[in-house]
Order: sequence, then C-alpha cells, then structure tokens
Amino acid sequence: MRITIANGRILDPANKFDQRSDLHIASGRIVAIGAAPAGFTPDQTIDARERLVCPGLVDLSARLREPGYEHKATIATETRAAAAAGITTLACPPDTQPVIDTPAVIKLIRHRAEEAGKARVVCLGAATQGLKGERISEMAALKQAGCAGISNSLIPIANPLVMRRIMEYAATFDITVFLFAEDPSLRNSGCMHEGAVSTRLGLPGIPEAAETVAVARDLALIADTGVRAHFCRLSSSKAVQMIARAQYDGLRVSADVSAHHLYLTEMDVADFNSQCHVRPPLRNQRDMIGLREGLISGVISAICSDHQPHENDAKLAPFRETGSGISALETLLPLSLRLADETNLSLLDILSRLTIEPARILGLDVGTLGIGAIADVIVVDPNHYWTINRDSWLSRGQNTPFTGWDLKGRVTHTLFEGRLVHELNA
Amino acid sequence: MSVKNFQLDDQGRLRHFLTIEGLKRQMLVDILDTAESFSGVVDQAVKKVPLLRGKTVVNLFFESSTRTRTTFELAAKRLSADVLNINVAVSATTKGETLLDTLHNLQAMHCDMFVVRHAESGAAHFIARHVAPHISVINAGDGRHAHPTQAMLDAFTIRRCKGDFYPLNVAIVGDILHSRVARSQIHALTTLGVNEVRVIAPKTLLPKDVETLGVHVYHDLKQGLRDVDVIIMLRLQNERMQGQLLPSEHEYFQLYGLTEDTLAYAKPDAIVMHPGPINRGVEIDSQVADGPRSVILQQVTHGTAVRMAVMSMCMGSHIKAEGSTA
Repeated sequence: MRITIANGRILDPANKFDQRSDLHIASGRIVAIGAAPAGFTPDQTIDARERLVCPGLVDLSARLREPGYEHKATIATETRAAAAAGITTLACPPDTQPVIDTPAVIKLIRHRAEEAGKARVVCLGAATQGLKGERISEMAALKQAGCAGISNSLIPIANPLVMRRIMEYAATFDITVFLFAEDPSLRNSGCMHEGAVSTRLGLPGIPEAAETVAVARDLALIADTGVRAHFCRLSSSKAVQMIARAQYDGLRVSADVSAHHLYLTEMDVADFNSQCHVRPPLRNQRDMIGLREGLISGVISAICSDHQPHENDAKLAPFRETGSGISALETLLPLSLRLADETNLSLLDILSRLTIEPARILGLDVGTLGIGAIADVIVVDPNHYWTINRDSWLSRGQNTPFTGWDLKGRVTHTLFEGRLVHELNA
Repeated sequence: MSVKNFQLDDQGRLRHFLTIEGLKRQMLVDILDTAESFSGVVDQAVKKVPLLRGKTVVNLFFESSTRTRTTFELAAKRLSADVLNINVAVSATTKGETLLDTLHNLQAMHCDMFVVRHAESGAAHFIARHVAPHISVINAGDGRHAHPTQAMLDAFTIRRCKGDFYPLNVAIVGDILHSRVARSQIHALTTLGVNEVRVIAPKTLLPKDVETLGVHVYHDLKQGLRDVDVIIMLRLQNERMQGQLLPSEHEYFQLYGLTEDTLAYAKPDAIVMHPGPINRGVEIDSQVADGPRSVILQQVTHGTAVRMAVMSMCMGSHIKAEGSTA
C-alpha cells in the first residue's frame, strides 16, 4: 500500500522538522518527504491542507484491562480508541490478571493486539513475582519476551532491600525500572491530596511527603545501583525539583506526567467527584504549575494518558470506595495541544513529549517521521473544536472528569505501520 | 468548584440536609427557631404532631450507632411518621449488594426520607444524588465529613444558654482530625457569626490546613481556653486512628483533658459540651462532666427537637410542592 499525505504541516520533533510538504509511505515505512521517489504512484492520497502531520503518539501508560478485567475494557476496544486518539504505541503496565510476570502473558497480550491491528502494545513486566513486592521477577526472560521495562505498577515496594535487589538485577541486564513513587506508610488510608480540600471534605489525605520520601529513597538506590530508572506520573512540584537535581548530578533518570495532572487540582474533587479519584492524587495549584514547569524545562520528558478505563459501577460509590483512574486516551492529544496555547512550549516541543521522548524511554524505534522509519503517522485538524461527551467517546470506560469540556484539535487520520486504521467521519 | 447547593430545592428551601457548609445564616436560624417551636411538644401529654403522618422514614445505618439512631427514630415518631430501622452493616451489603442496589430497593418500597449514617465521607452526598426526586436525605454522620444535625443541636444548646452568638469565643478540643462533628460545628458556628472559633489539639489530631476552615489553632489547652464562653470537648476516636497519633491516654489527659483546674482558664460562666459518648478520665474529668457548667445532657434532650425541625423542613418542601400541584 502506497500512501501520500499531501500538503500538510509536517512536524517531526525527532528531526526538529517543521515544514509544509508531502509525506510518502510505502510498505509500512516512510519513504520520502517532499518530492515522491522515482516511480512512486500512491494508491491513496490524503489531503492534509490546514492540518498537522505528526508521528503516531507513544503512550507510556495505558491499561487495556485484558487479560483479567474484560468487564472494564478489552485490548480491541481500547486500541480502537487509541487509534482514534492518534496513539499508535501503548505501554501496558503489568497489573493485569494474571500479572505480566511470565512470557506467556506477554505473548497473549501481543497476540490480542495483533488481532485487533490498531496499535502497537508493549508490555512492562512485573518487577516482583505477582506484584507482591517480595521476590524479584525473571526480568531477563521478560526482557527477552519483549518487555520494554519492569514496574511494580501502583503497588509500591515497601521494603528498601527488595527495591535495591530489583534495581541491581535490572541493572545487570540494562532493563529500565519504571517507578511509582508513593510511600505506602505515609499514604496510610488516603484517597486524595492532603490539604485544605481533604480537610473540608473529611477525606483521608495523601501527603505530598508520600511522594517525595519515595522519590528520595529511590534516587539514593538508583545512585547506588546505577540502574536506568523512570519515575511515572509525578504529582508534586517538590518531586520535580528532586528529579531535576538528580539529572544535574548525572543519574540516568527520566520522568513523566499524566495530561490530567497538568489541568486538574484537588479543587476539582469539589463535592466528592469520583471522576477525579486518581493515583497519585490531584494536588494543589502550586504543584500543577510545578509540573508544567518541569515539562517546559525538560525535567519531565513525557506526557502520558495514564488511561484507566472503568465500568460505570466502579465510580458509583462514596469517593474512597470508587475505583481510581481516568479513561484518558482520547483527551491526551487535545489537552497536550492546549499547552501550546497556555505555555511557551512550541508544537514541536509538545509533540516531542508525546512521541520521540516516550519512545526513547521505552527503547523503541518509533515516534519519528525520519526516512525509513515505521510509518506510524497521524493527521490532526488543529482547529477542529469538539465537546467531550458519550457520543464522542470510543473507550469502553466513560470515566472522565472532562465531560463537557470543549477541546481543540482532533485526529482525522491514523496510520499504523503504513495502514490507515482510523479516519474521522466529517 | 461546584457552587450550586443541591441540598436546596428551586425555591431555596431545604430538600436534603447533608452538610452545613454553604447554607446561609438565615437557614440555620430557621432551623433553630423551628426546633424551638418543637421543644414544647415533648412537654405535652401527647408528644406528637401530625406533620409527617403517612410518610415513611428509613434510618439507614451502615455504621453502628444507638444514640443518634434513637433520637432520629424518636423525632420521626413525634412527627407521626412511620419509621424503619435498617442496620445495613449486617444485612444486604454483606451479601454483596452495592450501596446503590440497597438504595433502589428501599426506594421501590415507597419510602420518603432516608436518614443515613455511613463510615465513608461523602456517602450521604452520593445517596442524595441518586435518590428519586421525592425523597429527602438527612446525613446522620458520614466518615470524617459532616454530622450536621449534631452541630445544629449544639448550636441550639449554645443559643439557649448564651443567647446571642456574636460575642462568643468557642473552643473545640481534641480529635479534630477524625471528627465529623467538629467540621460541622465549625461551619455552623462561623456561619452563625460567633466571634472566634478555636481548635485545641496536638498536631497529630489536627487535619492539614485546618485554618482554612476559619478557625484559630492552639496546641496549649490553657492558652486556648483563655476567655472562652463555650468549650466543646470531643471524643478520641480510637477506632478511626491508624498509626500512633498519641503516646498514651494518660499523657493526653494530662495535656488536653478538661479538669476543674483547666476549666478555670475559661470565662467563669463558660459552658462545657460534649457530643458523647464520653471517655471519662481521658477527655474530661467526671467532676466537670457532671458539674454545674456541663450542659451535656441538655444537648441530648435538644437532639430530638432539632431533628424534628430538620425532618419537617426537608419534608416540608415536598409537602408544599405536592400541595401546590394538587
């Protein structure tokens, strides 16, 4: 299949490329930008006038709920939503059922993703067997089976010695450790940021120190073991400063933030809004600004969706008893694009945090429009206004606090490995 | 943040009573005045008024309580309502039924009011959002969040003892962190316009940024009690405490227990209150609890009248609405 995307504004952060031109695809690869190669006759031409042409997005954290929680979502439903949202690569955390701690589960997920054919799904393997935080997993086997890194998902490693062993063993095989920084003792029974709003609502709070204490401990162990580590979903301004210092000191650490933490704060929990029940919790305005500053400075190099679809019943209970998480694939790009209007980040800067940077963190050869690269390409209408509601939603999980928000920017075409997997009906 | 107070109907009348936060001063005064009119009912030979005749009130208690449930039951019966007491902690939910299913089943039995107690903050709000339009919900205590009828009966007791709210300094002492009563008291007293609300406790028993609720914080009992008119002692909620918040009850009593000696720092006519149940010798000395300045039993007495007031006002908006459409 040969495709030409004609007259679009091509944005490729990996090559600092921003020009109006044509992009040509053949056999699943990008073959030329500008003039078509000799003898190239496209089978299909996509008119991209007034549109952006970018690499497919790489999402560092998307729960697809399969295997184990198919009542919430499946790989087929969520990769379809991902394709519509311009996401062509998704990293799946290991908290499936069974847990991703054997090559067999990885094979199953890959097989289902290939069957669905809408996006690439890569797995993060469990750092400890069964995510129990006790015995380290067979990381070398997991890596060999295709894991892009290891993680203990949202289950913090309480024992520092176990964490040290995880890092030492991972460093042996040059595996990236993905860390969720939360001290479980300090979290206590908390369910939202500890501050004025938790005090008003009488909800047990999670102090900022639950994150910063964990970051401090893990940084000390990273320095000790020399492992390559990635901090997932930072929520506090102070943690950003700590990571910045560690990067300055030469530690091999990176960090990401969810798109919703760049827009929502504890105030959005308002009167027990369970759609804002997330982990780590939405913190205060100062933290939100600190996260944005971290993104601008590059300390935080990736924005992810942290997609966690739920069935409706999971959010229908008193706040603390509800499932945490937001269905967020479809808001990742428009919320990120909005940052270009609200900060001094350029479109290329923002797209780099959605494409090449997360690809580097995962060690994948995607997220670029370089000649010869895999043709994961999206076409975006940057002036398409749309309102988030049930009709516009493809993910099976409809748990979003952004319902009713008017957003700008919509994916009109998604090509995955050179195949058109999504086309927006006008 | 949402600004619409969905406790109120379109005419601004009380439809649910979930929290005092956000209610206007006049609404609280109306509750107190209505309670005043009901307080005479209990002195009559027939202690009943027919305001809620034909209505069914369900006491839906997901958390055990005897005192609160009894006063709500008594209040409903004195308003001539039919009352169902359901201890949900030992019934449907243990069989796996969700809160919403329980609610829908009760709703299908044509009940008119739910009085809800639940261990989770926000449970009463959740229920109120999901009940049919003709049903009122009264919060009888949710997690650490609110216990608005308790706060109103405390305000009622204060008004009866002190008259005007404006000149008063009120101290709330003890486990503010876990106390739904304290949060509601703070909202009630600041809305009613008292001069100063103080909270007195060690830092382990104070919620973060508690000053944002409009209170002054003291860690020293004697300093905090200086020149106060009202002292509200709180129960140590050991059942809610996770991790070590206090080294011992002995040290707590030494530092924060109300005794004749520490009481002397307050104004000579200061009254002593406690929402109960009391831990004697932990929060309060028996001499003070049973002493002449204690109004603890008056609080209990006032509980029925205040709950009658709230129930009749909540149902009143429906009764008026029904009447207007008839």
